[in-house]
Amino acid sequence: MSPSSDTSVLTDMANWLQHQHNRLIVLLVMAAAAMFFPLIANNYMLEVLTNAWFYTILCLGLNIVVGYAGLLDLGYAAFFAVGAYTTGILTSQFGVNFWLTVPAAVFCSMVAGIIIGGPTLRLRSDYLAIVTLGFGEIVRIIARNLEITGGASGLIGIERPFFFGIELSQGIHFYYVFLFLAILACFVSYRLQNSRMGRAWQYVREDEDAAEAMGINRVGVKLYAYVIGAMFGGVAGSFFAAKMTAISPETFTFSQSVLILLGVVLGGMGKIPGVIVGAFALVLFPEVFRDLGSMRMLVFAIVMLIIMLYRPEGIWPRGKS
Amino acid sequence: MALLEVQDLILSFSGLEVIRNLSFIVKKGTIASLIGPNGAGKTSIFNCLTGFYKPDSGKINFNNRSILRLKPHKITQTGMARTFQNLRLFKSMTVLENVMSGMHCRTSAGPLGAVLHTPSQRREEELIRVVSEECLAFVGILNKKDRHAGNLPYGDQRRVEWARALATKPELLLLDEPAAGLNHDEKQELIELILHIRDELGITILLIEHDMGLVMKVSERITVIDYGKMIAEGNASEVQNNPKVIEAYLGSEDDEDSL
Repeated sequence: MSPSSDTSVLTDMANWLQHQHNRLIVLLVMAAAAMFFPLIANNYMLEVLTNAWFYTILCLGLNIVVGYAGLLDLGYAAFFAVGAYTTGILTSQFGVNFWLTVPAAVFCSMVAGIIIGGPTLRLRSDYLAIVTLGFGEIVRIIARNLEITGGASGLIGIERPFFFGIELSQGIHFYYVFLFLAILACFVSYRLQNSRMGRAWQYVREDEDAAEAMGINRVGVKLYAYVIGAMFGGVAGSFFAAKMTAISPETFTFSQSVLILLGVVLGGMGKIPGVIVGAFALVLFPEVFRDLGSMRMLVFAIVMLIIMLYRPEGIWPRGKS
Repeated sequence: MALLEVQDLILSFSGLEVIRNLSFIVKKGTIASLIGPNGAGKTSIFNCLTGFYKPDSGKINFNNRSILRLKPHKITQTGMARTFQNLRLFKSMTVLENVMSGMHCRTSAGPLGAVLHTPSQRREEELIRVVSEECLAFVGILNKKDRHAGNLPYGDQRRVEWARALATKPELLLLDEPAAGLNHDEKQELIELILHIRDELGITILLIEHDMGLVMKVSERITVIDYGKMIAEGNASEVQNNPKVIEAYLGSEDDEDSL
């Protein structure tokens, strides 16, 4: 489907959004809606939406790796796990204040990103996918077998954080925490996308050799994408641990990585609004169709197949040029 | 003074020698050409110069410094830019964004600067834009800067490649068959452009080309390659009258006899 013949509502909407002030209006309305949503929502809806914001952060993080730099990462849950376990171990076993564990979680996921990315990013994409898949499993299995990570049963009793004297314990608190983090993730993604580094990722994604001939350090630029993506995962994991107060290795399985990747691809790789739509689709679909019982995952799969067949570039359309 | 010095270069692929003991120099401020029949190894030479192929042995000195062990992006940083025989544009990006890629190696802002929009990052972004627009204006397609590169006509796509190479601020520009696929008028414009690049920007040029008319018109020194070996060197008329060159292009009389 060529952009010119595509006159669907979505395309019109995307073109309308190309105008700076239209975009601003939409953003303000959406931000207000997101801010005031908890006033009308019941606990269940709040929980679901919190989860959607949480996946938004993860999907935006993975989007930097997959969407911007074009690296297929099948083990993204590993960075999420590193962040969650860093916070979990530091608070539950060493009594460290939660807020201090956040930078530690970012640092650890960054180091994990460098350790795995440094030697493997020289590989071309298919091989990289296999290596990241392996890495994801390694992290989960290590967490399962070490004593400090609580073995197969995981960690419990992770302390709830305090924010200006208020204990963050209710659904509404975490709704706002994850909403704030998701907005921050959007902001950072947007700034990165429109920068020297963001363009370099796109050059490498489009033509590695030409990019290298233009003086771009292919491996270095990819490593940046990988590590920044890992840091997003680390932050999300850290707050996830605080919200759940308990984590177990089974949260960070391969299917978790696939789910996050699905959100990115479904919404539209490299497009921030698309990735948000993808993350929401991921979380909302199974909830909306809960009545279908065990059939819903089958329906979900069929819907995804249809979307991918008819919109291989994702739900979010490309603007005209 | 020699800007580029190639000495006894040997390159082979699994035993097959593609470049054999090749030596030549490119003097600063000149326009030099590498010519030769198809498959003579011309593009392989470019790929050695720009670090995409690692030669088996020999020396490549650029500005009196060996660049033999450098990675392609480092070589671009030292001031050598190239274009590709088959266009290698970033097709889904705009023309301006394509050219901006050239400035990457001349700037340094990292992710943190991008997120915080520090003053130095903003200045640098502005500089990248200004330089890229200058390069587009130089090749004459500034009015198309917001178009997607893949949607441009072929001749304009070539210009985007030249602008992109110029944006790396090179001392030496390697053009791999710049006239391929261009029509007669575009070729004339190309000749002028090549002369402009040298005369106004002071950039030394080394080109590979099949279009003999163009080569004879612009180049001050021509190196003829056949089977990876240099068979002649000199200015246009010297090369044209060299029997070895005629033989390489037209075949020798012995060959004809054997037919």
